[in-house]
Amino acid sequence: MSQSLVESIFLKPASIKEADLNTVLGKLMSHGNIDYADLYFQNSQFESWSLEDSIVKQGNYSIENGVGVRAVSDTKTGFAYSDDISLEALTSARKTVSAISRRGKSQSVKVFGNHLSGRKLYDYVNPLESFSAEEKVKLLESVDKEARQLDKRVKQVMVSIAGGRDIILLAASDGDLASDVRPLVRLSVSVIVEDNGQREQASAGGGARVGYGYFLENERALDFAREAVRQAITKLDAVDAPAGAMPVVLGAGWPGVLLHEAIGHGLEGDFNRKGSSAFSDRIGERVASSVCTIVDDGTLPNRRGSLNIDDEGTTTQCTTLIENGVLKGYLQDKLNARLMGMAATGNGRRESYAHLPMPRMTNTYMLAGESAPEEIIASVDKGLYAVNFGGGQVDITSGKFVFSASEAYLIENGKVTRPVRGATLIGNGPDVLTKVSMVGNDLKLDEGVGTCGKEGQSVPVGVGQPTLKVDELTVGGTSA
Amino acid sequence: MIINKKNSEKLEQAVSQALKVAKRCGADQAEVSLSVDSGLSVAVRNGETETLEYHKDKGLSVTVFKDQCKGSASTSDLSEKAISQSVKTAFDIARFTAKDVYSGLAPEEEMAWQYPDLSLYFPWDVSAEDAVELAVNCESAALKYDKRIVNSEGASVSSHEAFHVYGNSHGFLASYPSSMHSLSCAVIGKDGEVMQRDYWYSHARDSDFLESASAIGKQAAKRTLARLNGKKLSTAKVPVLFSPEMAAGIFSHFVSAISGGSLYRKASFLVDGIDKMIFPDWMHILEQPHIVSGLGSCPYDSEGVRTRSRDIVADGNLQSYVLDSYAARKLDMTTTGNSGGVHNLTVVPNHSNFKAMLKLMDKGLLVTELMGQGINIVTGDYSRGAAGFWVENGKIQYPVEEITIAGNLSDMFNKLVAVGNDLDLRRNIRTGSILVEEMMIAGS
Repeated sequence: MSQSLVESIFLKPASIKEADLNTVLGKLMSHGNIDYADLYFQNSQFESWSLEDSIVKQGNYSIENGVGVRAVSDTKTGFAYSDDISLEALTSARKTVSAISRRGKSQSVKVFGNHLSGRKLYDYVNPLESFSAEEKVKLLESVDKEARQLDKRVKQVMVSIAGGRDIILLAASDGDLASDVRPLVRLSVSVIVEDNGQREQASAGGGARVGYGYFLENERALDFAREAVRQAITKLDAVDAPAGAMPVVLGAGWPGVLLHEAIGHGLEGDFNRKGSSAFSDRIGERVASSVCTIVDDGTLPNRRGSLNIDDEGTTTQCTTLIENGVLKGYLQDKLNARLMGMAATGNGRRESYAHLPMPRMTNTYMLAGESAPEEIIASVDKGLYAVNFGGGQVDITSGKFVFSASEAYLIENGKVTRPVRGATLIGNGPDVLTKVSMVGNDLKLDEGVGTCGKEGQSVPVGVGQPTLKVDELTVGGTSA
Repeated sequence: MIINKKNSEKLEQAVSQALKVAKRCGADQAEVSLSVDSGLSVAVRNGETETLEYHKDKGLSVTVFKDQCKGSASTSDLSEKAISQSVKTAFDIARFTAKDVYSGLAPEEEMAWQYPDLSLYFPWDVSAEDAVELAVNCESAALKYDKRIVNSEGASVSSHEAFHVYGNSHGFLASYPSSMHSLSCAVIGKDGEVMQRDYWYSHARDSDFLESASAIGKQAAKRTLARLNGKKLSTAKVPVLFSPEMAAGIFSHFVSAISGGSLYRKASFLVDGIDKMIFPDWMHILEQPHIVSGLGSCPYDSEGVRTRSRDIVADGNLQSYVLDSYAARKLDMTTTGNSGGVHNLTVVPNHSNFKAMLKLMDKGLLVTELMGQGINIVTGDYSRGAAGFWVENGKIQYPVEEITIAGNLSDMFNKLVAVGNDLDLRRNIRTGSILVEEMMIAGS
């Protein structure tokens, strides 16, 4: 979909011309000391369908339209939005946000340049239209059927699919005029198994910036069902998790949530500009062992965390955060990049037109190392092998982070032995990666289900890593 | 003020219109909820305005039932055309969902045909300038409290008001306005190399009941300073005292475990828990939806069902689940008016204040922060990151961090020793601090 088509969605029905956008921004910039202003138009369609008790019980569809108006003066931001897209609404929001201005010099607006470089990390499909309603129902039913036929102990199966399409148009005083069409689908399956009165639950799923057909490729959806059942059945045999500090081997893929919590958030520009991160003023310092190189990459085709442009119109990129153990860079939006005298890195993201952008991750992962995964496990005498996680959380300032293992095993004498119950792992962001002694050659990215929350705003993200060994991490089990 | 008579009548009409369209389309039953919300939030940092945000949201969602098949749709556009379109979309979806004999509206006789005015709406005519000044004063009280307070994440003031309309094809149509205002502050302390951050907040339906800016600032500073130079603990089993804020989290897991969705899916460690001893015999837990100006108060639930006060736990015994009409039908029970959750869950204290609770514990861990999602409602397994203080001789000795606490919720409920009367009234779950006999601590 070309930019002119995107503009026709927002501007034509409201009889707004491109020149009007320039005028609104121009009026904003004419107030004293406004450094930057932007208008963010968004049209969102979203649907979800869910199955339980082997029948599709619910379907939901929602549609939302709106425009956010922002003005920035030094460190100050004024923001208003409207779910009515009209010149009157823009003008009213413009007047409201100009309250942020102070006495001082007025600035001018740059002529819009076209920033849509023809980049296409994902197709402009509308996931909602990629399948008929019958096909959506059939997909849900096939996953349910697969899960139930795998094992008699499966007592309950819940499956849901969700699809959405966001169309955005961004006009900014720095001359950025950019648009993007962003599809996103997700499938989740959750099963409850029961054996001799003991119950366990597990879930699996995946997604990407594609249509629903993705779930039929290579039996992908059925594999999620198999994975959920496998995990739940494994848990039935779990023993109490150990408690205390010990070596931990993290599996490849989704356990990369470690990097997201321990490192990623602490390197977001806003916290570092304010000096509130445990990583503040540490660029150039060693914060990880030399086997660790970590990037944030918004340019991986079709991935859940990828974007052609961020929500401020900046082209996304692959940013090296840590190279061979040395801290290299932060994740920046326009505001924090300007205040820190750095370049924006395409990480300015917002949940919607009704939220302010801030520095956020895209797909954050560690590059592959040289060790074979078996070799890593064989190196541990007594420890934990954690392969699946729920979520995580971090205290940016103290650096303390947690992530909760949902599938883990004991390692005894270099061998993976019994499964253990879920346990939370806790560590300190700035030093956990200094304890990474081995990195596997098996880099894997997650299946595409990650959602990151920050200051009440949720955005889709990705994580990944190879198998890796942390020499010591505290494991929160119940068994001494 | 966004709500006036004319405006609220218009919003009620929008709901009626949607119900009419649903009927015209051939729906057997339908329900519509609509809300509009407006507000202001300001954030200041180091004495300067950081953000000034004006909020204005609206949305309508409709659910239709046809031959016990269900479809839903929502829209932020309240024009007649968009509402009709949404109803039609919901109806289209219902053509493809399956017949579910348990689906449908809550029973007509359960509707809140009469409901009390709970006094939930107190507009606060605060200008952006006044809000900024209040936030600046709050932050300044924190910053000047101690020289080890070296940085700030800022202070913020927010004021929101909303109007809610709900109607369904039983002919039920009701509405009420509400408001919520808050003031909060977060600062950073440093002593040596390591920084710590903590915060404090107040929120209330009526801005007159917000704690003073200086009290909030000082409390944020005190809490931050108290955390400086924390230590790890050695791995051991010890008694654990949860602060009121953390105790509310523990009871929220209790609510999840007795909620209809978890029960009919058999996804709870409290399946078939009704009439069983879940807590020690002194334990009482009530739901009080009609507390005047209460933070969790609600005249009717999100299906229009009247809410009422009741015992959830009496003498340690589980008296009632938390059900909406769907889960109630699945379980062959009656809705408890909890579609959308509980409304003011109150845990009745059996002990004295916080100081007395520390003394009762004598030696153990006081938990003031919990991190992560390590809670399994199916099995009751509980394992989370924690921070707090080590207590000996009934007195706080030093801050503790980077540890985990673990146990099983079922055991933790059984092994409750006491509930303090230091109730935190800022939440929908109102509890004091709670003492658990023993939990596993993992540290160094």
